Amino acid sequence: MNVLTPETRAEIERQRDRYPQARSAVLPSLWAVQHQLGYLSPEGMAEVAELLWLTPSEVEAVASFYSMYFDRPGGRHHVLVCINVSCALRGADEIVSHLEGRLGCPSGGTTADGEFTWEQTVECLGACGGAPAMQVDHHFQENLTPERVDAILDEVRAAPASEPHGPSLWHRIAVRLRKAGR
Amino acid sequence: MAEYRLLTKDFGTDGLQTIDVYERCGGYEGLRKALRSLTPDEVVSEVKTSGVRGRGGAGFPTGMKWSFLPKDVHPRYLCVNADESEPGCFKDRALIDENPHQLIEGTLIAAYAIQAPIAFIYIRGEYHDQRLLLERCVEEARAAGYIGRGILGSDFSCDVIVHGGAGAYICGEETALIDSLEGLRGQPRLKPPFPAVKGLYGKPTVVNNVETLSNLPHIVLRGGAWFASVGTEKSTGTRLFCCSGHINRPGTYEVALGTPIRELLEEECRGVWKGRSLKAFQPGGGSMQVLLPEHLDLPLDMDVVAKAGSALGAGAMVFMDETTCMVDVSMRLVDFYQHESCGKCAPCREGTYFEADLMHRLERGELTTAELTTLSDICDNMNGKCFCPLGDTATWFVMSAYQAFHDEFEEHCGAGGCPVKRRNRELVPAAGGDRG
Repeated sequence: MNVLTPETRAEIERQRDRYPQARSAVLPSLWAVQHQLGYLSPEGMAEVAELLWLTPSEVEAVASFYSMYFDRPGGRHHVLVCINVSCALRGADEIVSHLEGRLGCPSGGTTADGEFTWEQTVECLGACGGAPAMQVDHHFQENLTPERVDAILDEVRAAPASEPHGPSLWHRIAVRLRKAGR
Repeated sequence: MAEYRLLTKDFGTDGLQTIDVYERCGGYEGLRKALRSLTPDEVVSEVKTSGVRGRGGAGFPTGMKWSFLPKDVHPRYLCVNADESEPGCFKDRALIDENPHQLIEGTLIAAYAIQAPIAFIYIRGEYHDQRLLLERCVEEARAAGYIGRGILGSDFSCDVIVHGGAGAYICGEETALIDSLEGLRGQPRLKPPFPAVKGLYGKPTVVNNVETLSNLPHIVLRGGAWFASVGTEKSTGTRLFCCSGHINRPGTYEVALGTPIRELLEEECRGVWKGRSLKAFQPGGGSMQVLLPEHLDLPLDMDVVAKAGSALGAGAMVFMDETTCMVDVSMRLVDFYQHESCGKCAPCREGTYFEADLMHRLERGELTTAELTTLSDICDNMNGKCFCPLGDTATWFVMSAYQAFHDEFEEHCGAGGCPVKRRNRELVPAAGGDRG
């Protein structure tokens, strides 16, 4: 019984055929699995192995090396806050404690309503010019203040479940923030 | 103004991310010239004349790197290193966000010069939107005949594949990048053999940085000699400096190499914020040694900064004002290296763990003066003794900060808290956060 949809399986096969060697498609395939399931389940990784002519352990060994792959289900939205030097110099700790209070769970945790999983990271996000910064569902949010964080979380929470990280949502957030003068 | 706009000259042009606007700005003319009137060897020789050095951190001359490829061994591969993850560095993201086709054109010129049938753009996982943008631009370029079979009617064919990483700083190291691209854990390989001889899929491979490649259209169009006339004798051209930290205007600024650091700070960054004075800065990102206000008059020249005991690295300038706790900064960087150590070699895997433990206790004021010596010992056992540069650089900032701010480190010993933060609180009683 497959856990991956025919679309995800087709995407993995498309990735596989792009490279001179099928194994190169492991990372893109794992992304496809995570985008469908929200995390990398053993069954999902086994299907990647089958499609790329590898063993499940070969795929799992790769998956566990990279920090952006999740090994368990999380919230509907993922928030990643940078606490490396450039962000720390401009108030990242304040953003972290604000998020902790606002979401009611420590770094790495998921909110009681299952909406958000958030974590602080020492891995520089490459947004030092807009520090302090975070990513919400892979999108950069920069020049953060506690008020700005609140506005972003409210908008994300109000988004329809059918389109968790579509461009229209981010456009709407940008427009609202601009109108509010933030 | 200290600014010199070459790579950034069209930044801000409406729609520059589309191929039509890029072509209207003179885009793909460099590729056209290379394919129509230069042989691959002539492109290599133009790049050698330009003196352009790698912009990823090590500063190795690009033309020379290409010439290490063994003759007549094919296929060869080109990897574009867009795994920018150096703390403080965000220039490659700007180059992709603002002018993605410039990078694709440079990639194709390099692929032509080394006769690579496939170029892989390895972009870090966190740059999700940038990866989607590049994928769209590659399709645009393919439709316009710049990518694919018989490019612009020549007999050169090349495909470009955008490959997303998944969160690993070490994949910026070229052999780890190759392992990751092969679908493995991204761990560095033993050198030699160097990638130029045995790289991706065991074939000769060149790995070049995003900024390095973005220079190529300009070098081909205006000539290597012209490029060499910009900058200093051994640091030619311009560089994008990512300025962050306690300054009035953080951002990415392109300046000619040789410009004094003070000019970059005062003119582009508009000086240190809140009217405070500068305590220290890092000229090359999280890996590089700390420099002091007395070094502000140094020119932005790779060799001069190296002589001062640091490096321009990936071009990330992090400025810190007088209220900064150097122990706290060191602690965050050590945390970063511990998190990013790939675990392949013991000195780095264990050393970064010990380092982080000591630095956390020092910042909390729980370390004894004797244990501070342990920190030096550990760093000494790592520097130059690790499998790849990650482990070495995990010691550079903390050791240079310990040397330059010896008293501040000692003051933390047994202080039962951070003495610098305590002083800051006394100065500004209500200061909860420090975000201007």
